[in-house]
Amino acid sequence: MSVIEVSELRKSYGGRAVVDGVSFAVEEGEIFGILGPNGAGKTTTVECVEGLRIPDAGRVRVTGLDPVADHARVARVLGAQLQESELQAKLTVREALELYTAFHDKPLDWRPLAERLGLTQKLTTRFGKLSGGQKQRLFIALALVGNPRVVVLDELTTGLDPRARRDTWELIEDIRANGVTVLLVTHFMEEAQRLCDRIAVIDKGRIAALDTPAGLIHRSAGATVISFTPSAPLDAHDLNTLPGLASIEDRDGRLTLSGTDETVNAVITLLARRHVTAHQLRVVDATLDDAFLDLTQEATA
Amino acid sequence: MNTAVLRTEVRLFRREPGALFWILLFPTLLLVILGSIPSFRNHEADLGGLRTIDVYVPVAVLLGLIVGGLQSMPQTLTGYRERGILRRMSTTPVRPTALLTAQMTVYGGAALASALLALLVGRFAFAVRLPEQPAGYLLALVPAVLVALALGAVISALSRTTKIAGAIGSAVFFPSMFCAGVWAPVQTMPDVLARIVGYTPFGAAAEALNRAAAGDWPGWTHLGVLVVWTVLLTAAASRWFRWE
Repeated sequence: MSVIEVSELRKSYGGRAVVDGVSFAVEEGEIFGILGPNGAGKTTTVECVEGLRIPDAGRVRVTGLDPVADHARVARVLGAQLQESELQAKLTVREALELYTAFHDKPLDWRPLAERLGLTQKLTTRFGKLSGGQKQRLFIALALVGNPRVVVLDELTTGLDPRARRDTWELIEDIRANGVTVLLVTHFMEEAQRLCDRIAVIDKGRIAALDTPAGLIHRSAGATVISFTPSAPLDAHDLNTLPGLASIEDRDGRLTLSGTDETVNAVITLLARRHVTAHQLRVVDATLDDAFLDLTQEATA
Repeated sequence: MNTAVLRTEVRLFRREPGALFWILLFPTLLLVILGSIPSFRNHEADLGGLRTIDVYVPVAVLLGLIVGGLQSMPQTLTGYRERGILRRMSTTPVRPTALLTAQMTVYGGAALASALLALLVGRFAFAVRLPEQPAGYLLALVPAVLVALALGAVISALSRTTKIAGAIGSAVFFPSMFCAGVWAPVQTMPDVLARIVGYTPFGAAAEALNRAAAGDWPGWTHLGVLVVWTVLLTAAASRWFRWE
């Protein structure tokens, strides 16, 4: 059974459909990413999963329970880190951790959690005096302290420095290794590529693609990127008729082509035929970033 | 009622020097200042032989709960909603109502402590006699605290931001202080005015407290007025309150 099931979810605000028929299922122990441009409906979708919003239509189930009707039972198995929320300004980090520990029947020990999130030095600091990154780390700790079966993390590492970001990723991987299911909303492609087993790309309230990170890259039009500086100009017609070509860009004499493996072979053949040397030739796999832009652009057009 | 939440809110209340001063100390301080005026310690025929300081003790008792209920509590609750604290809590097994009840307990408790302080300072500094009908006094004080909290809850329900809560709070604060008798104790008001004021929550509370202080049981009318206001305001608050 899927731990999270969302089917045909719809939610409108003021007549505008923010979520317009989203369906996906997250399996136990999976890290499932939700990726999309700003205003795509990512946060509204996960807020329906958390039971903070009542869907206009569609079905949402968390461990088989309705997050709205069975809110109390869902709250016991689900830990949430919200995109925008605060705590009482004069509450210290330790008090916040102790308070949220007291909310749960079988909580984790907050001390090792605080240690891993680099909060140990800040235990006596009041919430209002924490930096953005420290607040973020505290909210991650509060989402996990109840020892949940499912965690929903909305913009997990926003505001964190590169080291804290990497430490947080390791923490999430460890939590998943213990069988916890993770639903992750993110802007960072590197984060999605590193952590997620599968990703749903949401654009304009709909799912534009749902696949593994590698699958998303592979299915986008320009999965392979070839760049080089030709020793002599190449004929535009020859270039534009290359097989599998997705895009071509000429910047100060340096060509960047995206396409498939077939395109790579054709480029090499073309260069040999024209006796042109390719300086600084690079062939790389496209990143999730490229795939994301390609997928969301397609949906826009 | 969640004890962890209550403990936290009590702790946070102790970290608010402003609230501590205005709720716990200010009413008694006002009493001390008034009591220091020599003429206020003379027996007045107009007041039925009481001294001005005698009639100001119940005013001081009401003042603490008006400040706590109408000024402090709506600010805190609206801030909790505005800053997403209630929302964050609603994703945990503890419902945000726990935070509301904890807040009411904290401000209700502080108002009672403030009342006790005013009574004791009145007694020992100015020889104001303690209420002669203590059970009747408590019978009047408890609904007075409840009506202040209910009115504060309505203000929180109607205010989207802490700024609005501050504005509505002040707009209700001054008439409430007037009715409680801060500028002119109810006993000194003209009859018609006193009768009108007797139908307001804090006017009724002042009259009920005065009767109990003098040794009578508070009248059913005044207690009834307090109960009706409490019921109406609580219904309004629960009807209009928004969690986000």
